[in-house]
Amino acid sequence: MKIKIFYFARLKETLKFSTEDLELPDDAFAQTLTILKLKAYLAKRSDVWQQMLLGKLKVRGAINHELVDDNAPIADGDEVAFFPPVTGG
Amino acid sequence: MSVRVQTEDFDAGFELNQLRHARKDTGAIVSFIGQVRDLNDGDAVSQLTLEHYPGMTEKTLASIIQQAKSRWDFFEALIIHRVGSLKPTDQIVLVAVSGAHRGEAFKACEFIMDFLKTEAPFWKKEVTQSGERWLEAKHADDAARERWMK
Repeated sequence: MKIKIFYFARLKETLKFSTEDLELPDDAFAQTLTILKLKAYLAKRSDVWQQMLLGKLKVRGAINHELVDDNAPIADGDEVAFFPPVTGG
Repeated sequence: MSVRVQTEDFDAGFELNQLRHARKDTGAIVSFIGQVRDLNDGDAVSQLTLEHYPGMTEKTLASIIQQAKSRWDFFEALIIHRVGSLKPTDQIVLVAVSGAHRGEAFKACEFIMDFLKTEAPFWKKEVTQSGERWLEAKHADDAARERWMK
């Protein structure tokens, strides 16, 4: 499966990633992928990734421009985004 | 209804006049303008940078207006939100709602602002004497949103 991931604000700055295309083998993991599972998968990249995605900072997830919770399922072709709580207005 | 995300400043007077003349049965226009303060958490602020998630931002703002529309009877709603680099006293956001009478317009305008603050994907970073820092989301904003869920 192929997904696109965007990172914003503090995550983008600290991870030095704004966007990436991620390809995963079509196995049981990909078929049951959720926001939380994807965070855990990405967190294995390094200590910084671990801290940013599973640390003290609250990280919100979005799928195809909709805010979702950690258990939301991710499908092939989805656009996923990770960011801190919003502070506009 | 209309949603704009832009780096350019806006002319609130011009926008409100557009709403005035959009419909002759308009009896009330309620507006809110948010602007950059030179002080936050006790520190002098010299600059504010706003980042957003293009695509999701516009979609979220349009959906907030739709939710307001399903609760109150108003005519038009306009949201203009700026992004990029801003200085103290610069305008950040304009929300304007027109309707037949003030009551529904006041409520819709406040609802739109409360949901914009807690759901629209914007992030502020400020520059103070001690350097740059990302703003933290405020519990007071979550509480303001929760009031509407009762």
